[in-house]
Amino acid sequence: MTEKQLLKGSVALAQGAIDAGCRYYFGYPITPQNDIPEYLSAALPAVGGVFIQAESELASINMVLGAAASGKMAMTSSSGPGISLMQEGLSYLAGSELPAVVVNITRSGPGLGGIAPTQGDYMQATRGGGHGDYRLIVLAPNSAQEMYDLAGEAFRLAFKYRNPAMILGDAILGQMKEPVMLREALSPPQNSPWALSGAKDRQPRLVKSLYLKDGEMTVHNLKLLDKYKALQEKEVKVEIDCPTRCDLIVVAFGSCSRIARTAVDRACLQGLKVGLVRPISLFPFPEKAVREEAQKAGRVLVVEMNTGQMLEDVKLACNGNSEVYFKSYPGGAVPTPEEIEKEIEVIVGKGGLRHVNSS
Amino acid sequence: MSIAAKKRVFASPASLTDNKFHFCPGCHHGLVHRLAAETIDYYDLSSKAIGVIGVGCGVFLYDYLAIDCCESPHGRAPAVATGIKRSNPDSFVVTYQGDGDLAAIGTSEIIHAANRQESITIIFVNNSVYGMTGGQMAPTTLPGQKTTTTPAGRQPVGDGYPINVAELISTLKGTAFAARVACHSHTHIRTARKAMRRAFQAQIEKRGLGLIELLSACPTNWRMTPQQSVRRLEAEMINTFPLGTYKDF
Ligand SMILES: Cc1ncc(C[n+]2csc(CCOP(=O)(O)OP(=O)(O)O)c2C)c(N)n1
Ligand code: SF4
Repeated sequence: MTEKQLLKGSVALAQGAIDAGCRYYFGYPITPQNDIPEYLSAALPAVGGVFIQAESELASINMVLGAAASGKMAMTSSSGPGISLMQEGLSYLAGSELPAVVVNITRSGPGLGGIAPTQGDYMQATRGGGHGDYRLIVLAPNSAQEMYDLAGEAFRLAFKYRNPAMILGDAILGQMKEPVMLREALSPPQNSPWALSGAKDRQPRLVKSLYLKDGEMTVHNLKLLDKYKALQEKEVKVEIDCPTRCDLIVVAFGSCSRIARTAVDRACLQGLKVGLVRPISLFPFPEKAVREEAQKAGRVLVVEMNTGQMLEDVKLACNGNSEVYFKSYPGGAVPTPEEIEKEIEVIVGKGGLRHVNSS
Repeated sequence: MSIAAKKRVFASPASLTDNKFHFCPGCHHGLVHRLAAETIDYYDLSSKAIGVIGVGCGVFLYDYLAIDCCESPHGRAPAVATGIKRSNPDSFVVTYQGDGDLAAIGTSEIIHAANRQESITIIFVNNSVYGMTGGQMAPTTLPGQKTTTTPAGRQPVGDGYPINVAELISTLKGTAFAARVACHSHTHIRTARKAMRRAFQAQIEKRGLGLIELLSACPTNWRMTPQQSVRRLEAEMINTFPLGTYKDF
């Protein structure tokens, strides 16, 4: 039954996965994502699912691989160092074309780093992260509701494209409590035509990523590329809120976009013409939306809780046709709306830009 | 006696494909594949068996066994097998791993799978070297043994002592069966066949993890003929790796 509940982001995400049909979780504790395994350790067995606390993230991701090879909806969650350990497994999942969901409630780094909110894993998430020529589907929620909704969406996309999907969150999103509208629960997937189940009344099936024969790997890479292209064409998710005449767009994702939202609203109240573009899918990146809005405004301010990672995608999208500014909050630093508002004022001037040629 | 009355006494196992093995002459991997196929047929498991294949010379197992198979990252086969078995408890899950795969990079996964009492079967091929990558030192390399990365022979202090996997795994409460057998003579193969059945039986009866360690030859990387390899296995390997059943349910 659909109902509204007050939920922590992490719990919303975990329940979102269950309501999407996920019944298998394998994970290893690490702050700041422990609410997810703790919740699922009780909630999954209650619906006939399986929860295993693995001996490491290497084991977790490979248990996920096994359950995924069986055609089941399986997930894991971790943070920073744990996600680094999973990269080989993620590469195998992508190479073997298996669906799975991995949640990264980020920590700052490099190294053991810190546990404060950060967006320093953008590159690792959107560039594949492990070895070889592959991409993850990457979704970036900015509310408890989206933690819930995008958990389901990540599974839908992972199964549709047979590719691992990642949800990139942080400690703010994991800990923040907000009202969440729950949806009708879906049942787990049945009998995928590629899943391993024992060769009963059919030819044996094989899940593999090794291609040694001449030219085979090229063919496989191009097949994967077709999927990534299809994702770019069909699955981009972006929130665009730009006035028709706009002097500057702010681009921000995740928790940072909530703060940017307040800053943009304040600037607009002052009479400045500022818009907000929020990528929700980080891969596929909303390149077209960023390019078009940036071109209209001529100026872009990227705000990230890192030293400039999505910034590169924004610059690629703009391709030199717009001025790109950047405000950086690395290592657990979190912007205030005032700081971003001030940055907006510096770029467009306190009274706004003079439109010499505008009619 | 008419032809019709003749009894068939020997045939290739049904779950072994007709593909020609790619292994080097005198390699025991082919023999271990055959034992696995025989045991799958013996328990009529071909329609529910799922093979999880480690990285090593056995990586093309799926070309030879007519069962569902999943490749695993190097060393992680017991974790992959855990994911398969837990999400599909009616399946029969068997991993195929070398000594680099299981006893070096994958030590953690095998120990914890056994410790969780996963009902899976482990076929562990101990040939005392890394076959696939060209004969480097394995955790099972004998003291003094020359490999491409121990040109002066393995020095236990510094290079490590050989790890006795069957004994080690037998100490864990979740292990149902652990035995070490050898592949170099008919008598040993007969014993190996029996042990393989017990390692399967452990899973069939849901008793926990069953592991069979098979001492095997890698003539290519031992730089020996197949005959010399058999003699080395008998004379040197068995001393360090005593044959026997270390746990039986
Ligand atoms: C993470 C990782 N590291 C290293 C390798 C390279 N590698 C492939 S097989 C192998 C060792 C194989 O030796 P073993 O497990 O003893 O099997 P054998 O070939 O002797 O049967 C290594 C090191 C790899 N594939 N993955
Ligand atoms: S290299 Fe060794 S283990 Fe590999 S196939 Fe040849 S003999 Fe067998």
